[in-house]
Amino acid sequence: MDNLSIVLLALALLGYVAGALLGLLGLRAERLANYGAFGCATLGALCGLIASVTGLAAGGAGLPHQVQLLPAFNPFAQFSIRPDPLGLFFTLIVSLIGLAVSVYSFGYVPSFYGRRSVGGFGAAFNVALLTTTLVFLADNVFFFLVAWEIMALAFYLLVSFEHEKEEVRGAGVLYFVMSHLGTGCLILGFFLLYRASGAGGFDGFHAIGARMATGPRHAAFLLFLAGFGLKAGVIPLHIWLPAAHPAAPSNVSALMSGVLIKTSIYGIARVGFDFLGAPPNWWGVTVLVVGTVSAVLGVLYALMEHDLKRLLAYHSIENIGIILMGLGAALMFAHTGHPVLASLALVAGLYHTLNHAVFKALLFLGAGAVVHATHTRNLEDLGGLVKRMPATAFFFFTGAVAISALPPLNGFVSEWLTYQSLLQGFGTTPSLIRLAFPLSGAMLALTGALAAACFVKAFGITFLGQPRGAAAAGAREAAPPMLVAQGLLAAACVVLGLFPPLLLRLLDPVTQQLAGVPLSPRLSLAGGLVLSGAAPAGGTVSTLGLVLMAGCLLPVPLGLWLVFGRGATVRRGPTWDCGLPGLTPRMAYTATGFSKPIRMVFKALFQPRREVQREYDFSPYFAKNLRFESHVEEVFQTRIYRPLHWLVWRVSRQMRAVQAGSLQAYLIYIFATLLVLLVIAL
Amino acid sequence: MNLAAPAIALQTAALLLLAPLVSGFVRTAKARLQNRRGPPVWQPYLDLGKFLRKDMVISEHASWVFSVAPYVVFVTAVLAGLLVPMVTVQAPLSLFGGALALVGLLALGRFFLALGGLDPASAFGGMGSSREMTIAAVAEPALMLAIFTVAIAAGSTDLSRIAAASLGPTWSWLNPRQVLAFAALFIVLLAETGRIPVDNPATHLELTMIHEAMLLEYSGRHLAFMEWGASLKQLVLMTLLVNVFFPYGLAPAATPGALAFGLAAYLAKVLVVAGIVVVVETTNAKLRLFRVPDLLSAAFVLAALALFSTFLFQQAS
Repeated sequence: MDNLSIVLLALALLGYVAGALLGLLGLRAERLANYGAFGCATLGALCGLIASVTGLAAGGAGLPHQVQLLPAFNPFAQFSIRPDPLGLFFTLIVSLIGLAVSVYSFGYVPSFYGRRSVGGFGAAFNVALLTTTLVFLADNVFFFLVAWEIMALAFYLLVSFEHEKEEVRGAGVLYFVMSHLGTGCLILGFFLLYRASGAGGFDGFHAIGARMATGPRHAAFLLFLAGFGLKAGVIPLHIWLPAAHPAAPSNVSALMSGVLIKTSIYGIARVGFDFLGAPPNWWGVTVLVVGTVSAVLGVLYALMEHDLKRLLAYHSIENIGIILMGLGAALMFAHTGHPVLASLALVAGLYHTLNHAVFKALLFLGAGAVVHATHTRNLEDLGGLVKRMPATAFFFFTGAVAISALPPLNGFVSEWLTYQSLLQGFGTTPSLIRLAFPLSGAMLALTGALAAACFVKAFGITFLGQPRGAAAAGAREAAPPMLVAQGLLAAACVVLGLFPPLLLRLLDPVTQQLAGVPLSPRLSLAGGLVLSGAAPAGGTVSTLGLVLMAGCLLPVPLGLWLVFGRGATVRRGPTWDCGLPGLTPRMAYTATGFSKPIRMVFKALFQPRREVQREYDFSPYFAKNLRFESHVEEVFQTRIYRPLHWLVWRVSRQMRAVQAGSLQAYLIYIFATLLVLLVIAL
Repeated sequence: MNLAAPAIALQTAALLLLAPLVSGFVRTAKARLQNRRGPPVWQPYLDLGKFLRKDMVISEHASWVFSVAPYVVFVTAVLAGLLVPMVTVQAPLSLFGGALALVGLLALGRFFLALGGLDPASAFGGMGSSREMTIAAVAEPALMLAIFTVAIAAGSTDLSRIAAASLGPTWSWLNPRQVLAFAALFIVLLAETGRIPVDNPATHLELTMIHEAMLLEYSGRHLAFMEWGASLKQLVLMTLLVNVFFPYGLAPAATPGALAFGLAAYLAKVLVVAGIVVVVETTNAKLRLFRVPDLLSAAFVLAALALFSTFLFQQAS
C-alpha cells in the first residue's frame, strides 16, 4: 500500500461525506439529490474498491500504521483508522456492493419522486456506506462503537423509509431494538478487553487474550458472539432479519444483506483471531454448531416463504451460517495448532463472505426490479417474467445458480473450500469431536440441495410459465442503470467463480495476519488454472477447466443434431392440458405447492397449520366454495419470542403500579433509596 | 495427473455408447424376470435415433431455459463421467475435480432439468420438479456423507486417489465402513436414477411420475438428450459405486493388456450392479412419495454408521 491507495481511501470517505451533504442540500430538488448523492456514492465506492484491491495486492506491505481523521477530544476518544489487511478485505466488499447498489439507485430512486424525500434517502444511504467503511477501518474502541451506532441508525432510517406502512414501522423498530441489544453486548465485551489492556486502541488489543484471566476471556468471547450474532442474524437471534429486509427498499435490502450483516463476520474474525487468539476448543465448536444450525434452518424457512424478499432474507441467514462454519472450523484448527488448515477454513469463510455479498446483492437487486415492475413480492402473483424482463431474468438466474452452490459459479468455489477444510479437519484431532466435521459437511450438503430446490422455486415460479396475475402480465423491463448494476454483479459472480486461484491471492495478507500463513501458493496449481485444497493430495477442482471442457463436449450434441436432425422442424404448440379446453395460470404449480413435499418431510419442525372450509350441497367432493389456508410459523417465534414478549408485558404491567405518576410517591422513592444507600454506606 | 486428450476422447466415447446399453439391459432383464419378452437390449439406441430425427413441438409458454436444459443435462452428465475412473485408475479429468465436483455437476443438471419442467406452465412439470428437488435434497446428505467416509479414509476427494487407495494393500472390502457406505450409496443410486422403489421409470400415469413428469413437454432431439443424459447419469453413478468399492481390474497403466482386462472387469461389475437394480425393481413396489424420505434417512443413518466405524476402527489417522 502506497500513498496513492491512502489518497484513494480518503477520497472514498470524502465522496460519501459529499454525497450525504448533497443529499441534504437536495431535500427540495429531487433530481439533484438523486444524481448528486448517488453519483458521489458511486465515485466514492469506486475509489474504495481500487484502494482496497491495490492495498491487498501489494500484500499489505507498507501499510500505514494509523491515520488520524479528526483531532481527538481526549486520549480515549481517538478518530483514527488503520487500513490493515482484514479491514481492507471488508472495505473491498462494501465498496464493490456499494458501487453496484449506487448505480442501481439512479434508476430505482426516481420511483420515489414526488412521494418522498429523495434527498434524505440519499443522505442516509451515504452515511450508511461511510460508517460501514469506518467500522472496518476504525482503530480504536471509541471510534468503532461510534461508527457502529451511526451505521445502525442510518440503516434504521433506510429500513423505515416507507414508514406509512404499519409493517415497515414494526420492522424498523424491531431492527433497532435488536441492534441495540447487540451493541450492549459489544460494549460489555470491549469493556472486558479494555480492562486488560488499559487503552482503547486496537493495537493494544492484539493478542490481549493471552493476558486475560480465563473467566473474563470466555465471557468476552460469548458477549462478542452474541453481539455480532445479533447483527449477523444467526439463529435464534435472527428475528429482525426476515422482517427488516423485505420492509426496506430493495437497494437497501441489497446493501444490508451484502454489507451490513457482514460487519459481524468482520467482528468475529477480528475478535476471535486478532484480539483474543489461542481459542479453546469449545469456541470453535460453538461457532461451527451455530453456523450449521443457522444454515440448515435458514434454508428450510426460506423454502416456506412465498414472499420473494423474505425468501432471500432467510437465505442470508443460511449463508451467514455457511460462513460461520468456515470460521468455526478455523478456530478449531487454530486451537489444535494447524495454521495451514486454519488458513484454509478462514479463506473458505472469507471467500464465501465476498461471494455471498455479490450474489445476494445481485438477487436483491433483481427482486427489486421485479417488485418495481409488478408492485408485488408475492410469488403466487408472478410468473412468465422471463419474456417480459429478459435481462433481469438472466441476471437473477445467474445469481440463483451461484447461491445454489452449483459449478462453475462462485458459490460452488467457496463451498468447495469449506468442504475441503471440513474433510481435512477429521485428521487434526483424535477426539470424538472430529466427527463434527463430516457431519456438518453433510448438513452443508443438505443446505446446498435445499437451496437449489428453493431457487428452482424462486426462479421458476417468478420468471417461468404463465403470468399468474395482471401485474405480472403487464411488467416491463427495468431501467438501464438497474440492469447495468445487475450485470456488474453477475459478471463478478462469473469471474469469482472461474478464477479463484488468482483472486484468492488477495486474501494472502489476511491469512498472514490472522493465522500466520499466506495460503494462495498452496491453493494454486497449473499456473492458477486449478484450485487445490491446500494439502497436496486433498483434492483439486477447476471450474474454468470444466467450462472449457464443456465447450469441447458441446460439439457432440450439436453434431448429432446436424447429422440426424437436419430435416426436423420446430413448431410452437400449446402445453398438454389433458384435453381440457385451454390451460390457465391457475392450473400451474404454485410456490406453496412446490414446497409442499418439503413441508411434509420436515413436518416436525414446521408444524404447518391448515384450514380448509368447504361449502357443498350433497357431497364434499362437489364443493361450491373452497377456502384453503396454510401457515407455517417459526418455532422460535412461537416458542421463544412470543412467551418472552408476553412476559415483558406482564412485568411492565406490574411495574405500572409503582410508576403511578404521582409526585409524592416519587419523593418517597427517592427518600427510601437515599436511606438504603446511607445504611449501606455506613 | 496430466490431461491426455486420447483418454478423454476414449472415455467420452465409452460413456456415450455404454449408457444406453445399460438402460436397455436393465429394461430387458426386468422384462425377463417378469416373464415378459421385453424389448431388445439395443432398443434405447433405436429410440435415441428416432427422437433425434423427429420434429419438435415446443410449448408456447416455454423460454430459453426449456431449450437449453437438455444440452446442460447431457453435457454435465458426460463431464461428471470424466471425473470417475472407469477402466484406468486415473480418471481422465480428475485434475479438474473430484467427488465434490461430480456431485455439483449432477446438481447443475438437475437444476436445469427441474426448471425445464416448470417452464411450460404445466401442472405435471411443476409436480415433477417439486418432487425431484425434494428427493434430491433428502438424498444429498446421505450421498455426501458416504463419499466423505471413503474420502477421509483415502485422504482425498479425488476419485482417482480414492480408487488407488482402494486398490492398496490395507484395503478390505469387508471392512464395516465399506459395507455400510456401499449400502448407503446404493440406496442413493436408486433415488438419484429414478428407480423403483423411489420412482417408476416405466409409469404411464402422470400423477405418480417424477422424472418423466418433467420430460412430458419434451420432444424430438431435446427428448433424446434428456433421455441420454438420464442414462449417462445412471452409468456414472454405477461406475462410481463399482470402482470406489470394488476397484479390481482397474488398469494402473495404459498398456493394451491392462486396458482390455480393465474394460472386461468394468463391464462385468456394471452388469452385476445393474442386475441388482433389476432384482430390487422387480421384487419391490414403488413407495408412496412421503415414505421415500424414510428410505433415504435410512441411507443417511447407514452412511453415518460408516463414518462412526471409521472413528472406532481407525484410531490412528
